[in-house]
Amino acid sequence: MPHIVAEHARRATNTSPIMELRGVKQHYAIARPLPFAPKKIVRALDGVDLRVKPGSTLGIIGESGCGKSTLARILSGLEAPSEGEVLFEGVDINSLRGAEKRHMRQNIQLIFQDPYAALDPRMSIEQILSEPFEIHPGLVPESGRRRKVQELMELVGLNPDHLGRYPHNFSGGQQQRIGIARGIALNPKVLICDEAVSALDVSVRAQVVNLLQDLQQELGLSFVFIAHDLQIVRHISDEVATMYLGRIVEHGTFAQVYDHSEHPYTQALLSAAPELRQGNGTKRELIMLQGDPPSPLDPPPGCRFHTRCPIAQARCAQAEPTLDGVGEGHNARCFFPGPIPVRSA
Amino acid sequence: MSNQTDAQQTPLLQVHDLRVEFSTSQGIATAINGVDLSVSAGQSLGILGESGSGKSVTARTIMGLLDTPPARVVGGQILLEGEDLLSLPSKVRRSLNGPRMAMVFQDALSALNPVHPVGRQIGELFRVHRGYSRAAAKRAAIELMDRVKIPAASSRVNDYPHQFSGGMRQRIVIAMALALDPQLLIADEPTTALDVTVQAQILALLKEQQVERNMGLVLITHDISVVREVTDHVAVMYAGRVVEQGPTAQVLSAPRHPYTRGLAESVASEELKGSRLPAIPGSPPDLLNLPMGCSFANRCWLATEECNGRVPTLTELGESRATACFHHEEVQPYAAHSR
Ligand SMILES: Nc1ncnc2c1ncn2[C@@H]1O[C@H](COP(=O)(O)OP(=O)(O)OP(=O)(O)O)[C@@H](O)[C@H]1O
Ligand SMILES: Nc1ncnc2c1ncn2[C@@H]1O[C@H](COP(=O)(O)OP(=O)(O)OP(=O)(O)O)[C@@H](O)[C@H]1O
Ligand code: SF4
Ligand SMILES: [Mg+2]
Ligand SMILES: [Mg+2]
Repeated sequence: MPHIVAEHARRATNTSPIMELRGVKQHYAIARPLPFAPKKIVRALDGVDLRVKPGSTLGIIGESGCGKSTLARILSGLEAPSEGEVLFEGVDINSLRGAEKRHMRQNIQLIFQDPYAALDPRMSIEQILSEPFEIHPGLVPESGRRRKVQELMELVGLNPDHLGRYPHNFSGGQQQRIGIARGIALNPKVLICDEAVSALDVSVRAQVVNLLQDLQQELGLSFVFIAHDLQIVRHISDEVATMYLGRIVEHGTFAQVYDHSEHPYTQALLSAAPELRQGNGTKRELIMLQGDPPSPLDPPPGCRFHTRCPIAQARCAQAEPTLDGVGEGHNARCFFPGPIPVRSA
Repeated sequence: MSNQTDAQQTPLLQVHDLRVEFSTSQGIATAINGVDLSVSAGQSLGILGESGSGKSVTARTIMGLLDTPPARVVGGQILLEGEDLLSLPSKVRRSLNGPRMAMVFQDALSALNPVHPVGRQIGELFRVHRGYSRAAAKRAAIELMDRVKIPAASSRVNDYPHQFSGGMRQRIVIAMALALDPQLLIADEPTTALDVTVQAQILALLKEQQVERNMGLVLITHDISVVREVTDHVAVMYAGRVVEQGPTAQVLSAPRHPYTRGLAESVASEELKGSRLPAIPGSPPDLLNLPMGCSFANRCWLATEECNGRVPTLTELGESRATACFHHEEVQPYAAHSR
């Protein structure tokens, strides 16, 4: 399939970004264990630079708690970062007011990780799916909204006769599809999918992924696709970023990150998925990480990964590597990038 | 139990011909339409199935946690060590939840109370069921949070649910379900929000409980590789029925129901990059208006007149396998992608 790879490479190198994060940090204060104990800070994001290219898909992978959902909330404008800039079409979204802000809100949509929590239990599905059109009334005339809402339900494989039902009348995967329908309702330019297909059976998941890709083809949507399902991320993404403890540690095209991983964490993460093979069809050697992920309350000095890294050297505990080029459009935050040598048993 | 052999012969959990309906503004929705399941102590049963096929409703019915109305159990039996739970007074029944059986809910966030610190919610279990002191309960809570790999558990025990990531909340809910060493654990999508590494650790923890403490485990998941790795038996659900069941390895490698076969085929793989993912075309029937025949017939490539005329029942095939398909012999073994 070389033409496909070329197509992805073309999309991946198209430069002017539709969204960009510059030096973004998000720090949360949490409860003190004792009244006079020092204040504790969770460094959920700690210096993230990222570009989302128009019409392409950026996949984000990384372990639980590394900051993916925080990144999603910041990209969508739901939260302002404690530091740094979030640009949409070149403008900082947190500086927008009035009509500009509405335009931004219409064009950046977030599908939440937790489908049920994202749906107002007191609203019927019809109300939930019509709401975006009420907030942005110019898009679909009032008389056409019910039809539009029914179309949306059909697109995600739900029965349009169930418009009058409430979120709790639906199964987990059906709720998730309501969230997807709402996310695509306004034809946004950027759709951020935070575990948006995790509750679906594989057949419905395939239908939804095909739908998202069709929408991208037809409307030039950009996706930020966050998922723990590494195979699906590989399938849908043009570019992929790996996160570790609030930082991006590797970034490149899907083929670079999956088949020529340079950062040891990416290699360990991918190796833990039993069904994931290498580009050439061979099995991955399992790389076991020692120890638990460090706490974002107290990230280790030096390279944040050095406490678990199978190839760490003395230097890794002292200085922090930067996200440097290891190939055309391929970056890794590691002093010793490259394939981890396979230990002969 | 009167004697050893008796305890071994009676499965821990048996569900017979369970039927559950919901009354909706448009009529009666038949969500569970004759489900049979069985799990023995120390065994694990995977439940795979289409989204909306009734997996969570089955689990909630077993736990006695359905809202009735709008739901109504219209038939069947649920036996826990031979005792019919459906005939127990609801108060007695609820007292079983925790020590005898526990459930990990699909939406972890709503299983936690947003206004209380998580440590207190875990500790509460030990205070209510085991009479622990406040301090002992807190220690037990930290220990459990450690066990499910929450980093820096002791400094986060006073945090509120929204301060944890999705995967952390899911692990906290798992910790709570395991807290009182239940005999039966029903885990509804327990690892969807977890990365592969933590997922492997959590599955290992569940497996350890299952084997070492002889717990019965029902694992509801869409992840076929999890089912393959963790469970002994699997039941596949479609539109409120079990359409296929049997030993996991056999069912997954040689499905005898077209739906199972279609599922196995829809899994993404390296080779499919750049093309559309194969999916079973069409959608499941409306539960308000189930067809006369097989519920899968409108999507099935093997369907004949017979399939549209009457419902295929779950039929034994030998080797503890069963399928609900008239044409099960024509289902091709699954050999794609060299897996
Ligand atoms: N409102 C908050 N207050 C305090 N800490 C928070 C808050 N929101 C997130 N965090 C913390 O920030 C870190 C990153 O959380 P985030 O939800 O972004 O992770 P994630 O990568 O999405 O994980 P998962 O894969 O489990 O969903 C976690 O340690 C989490 O506990
Ligand atoms: N309160 C209700 N009123 C009407 N229908 C309901 C209600 N609750 C659930 N249902 C329906 O019952 C069916 C079974 O739901 P259930 O939650 O058990 O599905 P599931 O198999 O767990 O699906 P998923 O994999 O998406 O979680 C669904 O089609 C759902 O729409
Ligand atoms: S910098 Fe060092 S510790 Fe960090 S990932 Fe690279 S080798 Fe491992
Ligand atoms: Mg998240
Ligand atoms: Mg469910």
